[in-house]
Amino acid sequence: MKKEENKPAGKKGFSRRNFLRGTGLTAAGMVVGTKGFAGEFAPAAAPVYGPDEVPVTLSVNDGSYQTLARPDEVLVDTLRERLDLTGTKLVCGRGACSACTVMVDDKPVCSCLTLTMEVQDKKITTIEGVADGDELHPIQQAFIDEDASMCGFCTPGMIMSCKSLLDRNSNPSLDEVKKAVRGNLCRCGTYPHVFKATLKAAERMG
Amino acid sequence: MKKFTWVQPDNIDEAQRQINAVTATIATGKTIQGAAVIKAGGVDLLDLMKENIIAPAKIVSINALPGLGKIGFDEKSGLRIGALVKLSDLEENAEIKKHYAALHESVSHAATPQIRNMATLGGNLAQRPRCWYFRSEDHKCLKKGGTKCFAQEGQNQIHGIFNTEICPCVHSSSVSTALVAFGAQVEITGAKGKLRNVPLAEFFVSPQVDVTRENILERGEIITALTVPAPPKGQKSWYIKQAAKESYDWALADAAVVAQMSGDTIKDVKIVLGAAAPTPYRATAAEQLLRGQKVSEKLAVQVGTAAVEGATPLAHNAYKVPMFKAIVKECVLNLV
Ligand SMILES: Cc1cc2nc3c(=O)[nH]c(=O)nc-3n(C[C@H](O)[C@H](O)[C@H](O)COP(=O)(O)OP(=O)(O)OC[C@H]3O[C@@H](n4cnc5c(N)ncnc54)[C@H](O)[C@@H]3O)c2cc1C
Ligand code: FES
Ligand code: FES
Repeated sequence: MKKEENKPAGKKGFSRRNFLRGTGLTAAGMVVGTKGFAGEFAPAAAPVYGPDEVPVTLSVNDGSYQTLARPDEVLVDTLRERLDLTGTKLVCGRGACSACTVMVDDKPVCSCLTLTMEVQDKKITTIEGVADGDELHPIQQAFIDEDASMCGFCTPGMIMSCKSLLDRNSNPSLDEVKKAVRGNLCRCGTYPHVFKATLKAAERMG
Repeated sequence: MKKFTWVQPDNIDEAQRQINAVTATIATGKTIQGAAVIKAGGVDLLDLMKENIIAPAKIVSINALPGLGKIGFDEKSGLRIGALVKLSDLEENAEIKKHYAALHESVSHAATPQIRNMATLGGNLAQRPRCWYFRSEDHKCLKKGGTKCFAQEGQNQIHGIFNTEICPCVHSSSVSTALVAFGAQVEITGAKGKLRNVPLAEFFVSPQVDVTRENILERGEIITALTVPAPPKGQKSWYIKQAAKESYDWALADAAVVAQMSGDTIKDVKIVLGAAAPTPYRATAAEQLLRGQKVSEKLAVQVGTAAVEGATPLAHNAYKVPMFKAIVKECVLNLV
């Protein structure tokens, strides 16, 4: 794993363009030499990746990471196993509990059903990117103050859902908070505390 | 998940060259050399792969195909939704909320906020059933090319109450319940850009036609859009989904009612039940009762009863009958 702090957060991480640049000469040579293509527009075939590891570039929490991933690798595994970002949790792996919630282009999604290959040109935010250095985000502080975490396994996903709500709506109603965490399962039953914490955070953020 | 190769073409011809199978075919165990299937949001596809129901050799991501991510609305020509539009985009669309209330309701009650941010409309229509026997690697059921439907005598709580003889799996797209009631059409692009437009109601395939698949899609065909007719004057609609828990869950019963009203008299109406049959189910007898009538509590109850006429519930799902009666009644009352 290599982290390049200074590189601008990779916008065009997906390397189709680079790939084409790299093989451009060969492709052009082929077209010139093939009579059937004369005068026709022959679009270059899209590159096929895998099945083994390929280099990928990911933009996570404002840093750009270069690592490897297999095409069948889902984002939660890349984050946890390759980038050591273990805040994001894997529980059901089937989209049914939201423990693995991260934001892709500012929208909460399940990282257990997201192929790493397909988020290379996207902005990824994980629970590690919610605090500002040592300073907790108000939603994190409110979770502590309101005892909104018990075993803590659902907490990172829960916080991502609540933060996403607050990003969109600075003054949510109780009903809106409930809707925002609809998909987040908590086996410890912290829901009432989660609701309170989110409303409190909204109040503090004013 | 088994390993696979991955490709993301940026034009539809190239995508079609890469695709050589539909997921339904490979789920029957039929071997297709280098099976390459379509992936959109991946919510259903990856689930099937994680459960070892399918193991395609290649995934063809259609997410970079241009022009499939837009919603267009015009009072005259109606609604056009690109196949890659996410359920959350549909949910947030103000025109859909205003002109197609039942569609807005169905989308905002489907799945979780996270899944709605990932799931595309095309993938939603082409998703496979949630029957636990179908989803279990250990049960080689009819849908997977086996000889037995385990739901007939097994745990059939979530299954259908109509057309249950062959395989009582219900179609799991609750969004289609509303879309069929609006008379939506699916635009399918085949090889060489050949288009076919099919009423959504005819897109779905019943077990009598072919138990191993739920829709008419042939190899290489890509859903490119869904169109919904312009709302006629006086169109009112409503949708209700009943699930085991309120937060989010698959529908146990859902219903959409779309009516053309003149004052509080119903000129024409479509009533569609979801999670009732292998395909979205038109309750035509119930529709007949409503045509030309004024909505009243008494009539709404009768319409609810007529909607489940002829139902043949299984050993563990008779509870769905009163459930459908109740939600159809509520939908009808909601029109006025
Ligand atoms: C927890 C949970 C709850 C859910 N609840 C609901 C619910 O209440 N209501 C509901 O309706 N759904 C529900 N779903 C299902 C979800 O909406 C679908 O799985 C999703 O819409 C599939 O879309 P996708 O883009 O991810 O499709 P994919 O998984 O990418 O594809 C699904 C299938 O369609 C094919 N396909 C995809 N796009 C096209 C296309 N354009 N043309 C041709 N074939 C195509 C693929 O080959 C594949 O076989 C739920 C899912 C989960 C995980
Ligand atoms: S682990 Fe992703 S939704 Fe449960
Ligand atoms: S705190 Fe234990 S699962 Fe939520």
